[in-house]
Amino acid sequence: MIEINKVHKSFGDLEVIKGVDLTVDKGEVVSIIGGSGSGKSTLLMCINGLEKIQSGSIRVDGTEVHDKGTDINKLRQKIGIVFQQWNAFPHLTVLENVMLAPRKVLGKSRAEAEEVAVNQLNHVGLGDKIKVFPGTLSGGQQQRMAIARALAMSPDYMLFDEATSALDPQLVGEVLDTVRMLADDGMTMVLVTHEIHFARDVSDRVAFFRNGLVHEIGTPDQVINNPQKPETIAFLKSVS
Amino acid sequence: MLSTSLTMSDLLFLLHGAWVTLQLTFWAMLLGTIAGVVFGLLRALMPNASRPLGWVLDAFRSVPLLIQFVLFNSLKSIVGLDWSAFAVGCIVLGVYSAAFCTEIVRSGVLAVPMTVRRAARSLGLTYSQDLRYIVFPMATRIAFPGWLNVVLSTMKDTALVMWIGIIELLRASQIVVTRIQEPLLVLCIAGLIYYVISLVVSRLGARLETRWQEND
Repeated sequence: MIEINKVHKSFGDLEVIKGVDLTVDKGEVVSIIGGSGSGKSTLLMCINGLEKIQSGSIRVDGTEVHDKGTDINKLRQKIGIVFQQWNAFPHLTVLENVMLAPRKVLGKSRAEAEEVAVNQLNHVGLGDKIKVFPGTLSGGQQQRMAIARALAMSPDYMLFDEATSALDPQLVGEVLDTVRMLADDGMTMVLVTHEIHFARDVSDRVAFFRNGLVHEIGTPDQVINNPQKPETIAFLKSVS
Repeated sequence: MLSTSLTMSDLLFLLHGAWVTLQLTFWAMLLGTIAGVVFGLLRALMPNASRPLGWVLDAFRSVPLLIQFVLFNSLKSIVGLDWSAFAVGCIVLGVYSAAFCTEIVRSGVLAVPMTVRRAARSLGLTYSQDLRYIVFPMATRIAFPGWLNVVLSTMKDTALVMWIGIIELLRASQIVVTRIQEPLLVLCIAGLIYYVISLVVSRLGARLETRWQEND
């Protein structure tokens, strides 16, 4: 379970998150939608400690993420994150990209790590690309590799930070299919996304972010099909 | 017209000078690269704490090498160090190239995208694992062409050590010129030797770069 309590986050004088409360239960898929600058991506970075918070608390399975005593590297092992820019390691092959963390962080042997990596790459449909370097892959393939790389750590949670925003339109589908597959497998996920239709299909709950706060939250039916607040209605109208 | 008084032993003398040039380049670059990697990492990863180091290295980058040779050589005599001219040459050239290598390493490390490093950390890699498995390999590829440039310019800068009494390629050719009075021919030969050395170094470097590029 991810518990976010009254989190405030500023970059210098600019406060981007202004007291967000949000709980994500085990097995739940929560989508965060909202305009740019509403703080939704920043919140994801705060969940696995890539960004510090100024006040409030974020707990993952009861562990305080921003506590000084927390072993953040250990905690990150169970929180996979996929970024907007897929961030492949260009000097490593696809297989090595996926094997790196299982080997160096989990201490698996080369054979064990390779087995895990090949499984995950098959899972995302890249089984025939394991020997090539990421630079030769399309954006969609690199993004699926990034998903496999995160999954190879057997995380309990997956965070997606606008995972399809940097992709050509015809490549979006293959990545969304992969995310949908994870949802069907029961993975607990937080998706920051601009794909409203996708969010409606795959999420248990949808949160609309505005000015660093959760402005409206509920089931996809409530928030996307029957939004109550005028700002939510305006936002949905602007993106559809 | 085509006759020359250049003898075989003159040619061997030049080649011996070239060998000294190569040795100077090797030791200077060894010192310069090791120091440059250490200093460059400090400058990139701890920019504030290492600022004074930056000032010192700036001085070495900015003062003409010839002045550094003469100053260091005098300093050596004042302090009473019993170092050979060759050692002095290696150290001064090494420090000079270290100052350039530092900037090259620093820019290589800073050129590794922050987002890629974040992705590495998000997988649970520690700060030092991120450096070792992601930043160093990527920065090496970025910094390599710049480093190769320093090798070539250091190789040519070794010519300045003749001012502290070392007979390397250029000094050797001057000696031959003084004796046989055929500057055009001798300098052409010396230039050719420099050129061949550079060509070999840059070809080796280019080969390494293509091997890396096949991966990108």
